[in-house]
Amino acid sequence: MWPIDRLRRQADSTPSAEAPLILAGRVGNRRVVTAACPEAQALGLRVGMPVSKAQALVPDLQIKPADPQADAESLERLALWVLQRISPIVAADPPDGVVIDSTGADHLHGGEAAMLEALMGRMALSGITARAAIADSWGAAHALARHVADPTVIAAPGTAEAVLAALPLEALRLPPATAAGLRTLGFATIGDLIGQPRAPLTRRFGPELCRRLDQALGDAAEPIVPLRPEGLIEVRRAFAEPIGAAETIARHIGKLVSLLCKALEEKGLGARRLDLLCTRVDNRIETVRVGLAVPQRDPARLTRLLCDRIETIAPGFGIEIMTLTATIAEPLVPRQAATSLLEEPAPDISGLIDALVNRVGARSVYRLAPVASDVPERSVTRIPPLAEPVGAGWPNHWPRPARLLPRPEPIDTMALLPDQPPNWFSWRGIRRRVRRADGPERVYGEWWKRDAELSAVRDYFQVEDEAGERYWVFRQGDGEDRTTGSHGWFLHGVFG
Amino acid sequence: MPAHARNLPSLRACIAHLEGEAAHAREVLPFGVDALDRRLPQGGLALGCLHEVAGGGNGAVDGAAAACFAAGIAARLPGQVLWCVTEADLFAPGLEQAGLPPDRVIHVEAGDDRSVLASMEEGLRHGALAAVVGDVAHLSMTASRRLHLAAKGTGTMGIALRRWRRQADASDFGQPTAAMTRWRISVLPSAPLPVPGVGRARWLIELIRARAGECMDMELEACDGSGHLGLPADVADRPAAAAGGQHAFG
Repeated sequence: MWPIDRLRRQADSTPSAEAPLILAGRVGNRRVVTAACPEAQALGLRVGMPVSKAQALVPDLQIKPADPQADAESLERLALWVLQRISPIVAADPPDGVVIDSTGADHLHGGEAAMLEALMGRMALSGITARAAIADSWGAAHALARHVADPTVIAAPGTAEAVLAALPLEALRLPPATAAGLRTLGFATIGDLIGQPRAPLTRRFGPELCRRLDQALGDAAEPIVPLRPEGLIEVRRAFAEPIGAAETIARHIGKLVSLLCKALEEKGLGARRLDLLCTRVDNRIETVRVGLAVPQRDPARLTRLLCDRIETIAPGFGIEIMTLTATIAEPLVPRQAATSLLEEPAPDISGLIDALVNRVGARSVYRLAPVASDVPERSVTRIPPLAEPVGAGWPNHWPRPARLLPRPEPIDTMALLPDQPPNWFSWRGIRRRVRRADGPERVYGEWWKRDAELSAVRDYFQVEDEAGERYWVFRQGDGEDRTTGSHGWFLHGVFG
Repeated sequence: MPAHARNLPSLRACIAHLEGEAAHAREVLPFGVDALDRRLPQGGLALGCLHEVAGGGNGAVDGAAAACFAAGIAARLPGQVLWCVTEADLFAPGLEQAGLPPDRVIHVEAGDDRSVLASMEEGLRHGALAAVVGDVAHLSMTASRRLHLAAKGTGTMGIALRRWRRQADASDFGQPTAAMTRWRISVLPSAPLPVPGVGRARWLIELIRARAGECMDMELEACDGSGHLGLPADVADRPAAAAGGQHAFG
């Protein structure tokens, strides 16, 4: 789908998205279909079909020339985008894939599932049809993404063999001739191949078959050569003797950072994202990625952030090469310090924010800001911790609880309709008598958000029980008209 | 007895010297309620220390009153506040009504106790913050000592807001920690109003433990919009409190 998506993304080059579109390329002397959009596929057009036949089948077919060169370049740009946002080790996997080593990067996105979800969301927004899989090896992920994912799948560690067994032979990245030959012999799935003696297979089909099988099962290494675009600021140290001790790694990180900062200073840039790649003796790459809230080139601070994460580097038998890259660098211009003698400059907390973000993830460090909405759970939004002060607060007419339950919990009550607070209520199995109460505070549904809220109403009450504990309860509906809500009672918050 | 009374200050100085705290006189943050401040060592809540706050009764689970109490303290210190929680359930409009506007609070949603403690320590060591508050369930001696030392190094106030999943776990509050003071905030029925409605919240504030100080408990009115506690009118009018009752609604 990549060539089609790429073409559609290049604005306006396709006049109508509805008309079925195919790309035509040459294979030998024949003009064949190299890609078909979903509409065209629904009409029965397939990749590999002669163009003349496709034209005969569908009269008003749009045909564009295939451009594999532009596809590859565009794929490289997509890989670069993924590199800057998702993980330090990314490579284009032509013709239509991007391979990502997410080890050591997924926690910054809130886990593997959340990372995939965010990635797919961004892809969908950009109009790219994508499928994604996470597995132990490149081969397994490649197979799952193309044959199982809908649109994502995550294989638990160690289950590669089980999940691959049911897939067709083409999932192994074999030359078409080999796959066809295996089919002739009666092999249909990867599972059929796994238990077979290797020697006769190798003799008939060459070493490629068993190599691909081993790579998919994770028995043979298949390192990803990370994408390194032109102009990337990168410093590198190779060691005569492999290093492994944490102190040694820290020392070399310090040296790398000071080199990198010099390089950044020459270009007037500051790093927003740093990737440290440690190539081990056994050719595995350990990665550390740190993000910064504002562009930085202060060696002490960058060193500190990287050294905080040394414990996540498993040196194995030793590290041979360390590479430090400023994956995202932004202009950092010298700023004038506060000029007024009277005003105390605001303390700089960006260093603290960076340390926290790299520890718990960017989504978990935030400030809260008001939103103009009467619905309590919508009245608060998260903004970045270093955003400009908003200045405004919430309207202060009514008391608000200190803790809000994640979702309102249903309670049993006895209350007079339409506008009396409950006499008693029971929440989490404890029955409480209401001594004092305030309300109702009526909150109307936001019809411009959802149709279902057109006539929805909540009546909020602040109630105090005999022990003095105060709760925020509401009744769904206005107490008279059933269309405004179910008249059920809920507890939404606890006052301090 | 007079001999004892004479010895007491020198003994205190000796202990303070052993604790390595004699070098700099601590700054304190008074509550602005004379009756309370008079009974605290040095007349207020010491800066550069770790303090523990927990709710009483159901408050041990929901931690609402304790959160308002901590917000009121943090609100009266100048600067940004770091608030670390395991799960986000603070309601910012409520904190604002306890005196802490949203622009001053940086929230960290750390996921587990260990990350909360690590984030708190990070914040305390930084030094540019006014206060660091953390919702933690289990606080060991070692962890509290680390936080206390980090706070001492920079003069930032640390508040460990103890909050448990079940009420039975609240017995953990008896375990020793390195915190300077330990508070328990329980809600009380508010004073009846002449009209139907709910009055200003009222708390029973218990100082369970204070280093170099004495325990006490007191009935006070909850934080107002500027983070100040109030002395209830019926208490302020008593003769015993009249002498110090001028500042009751500060």
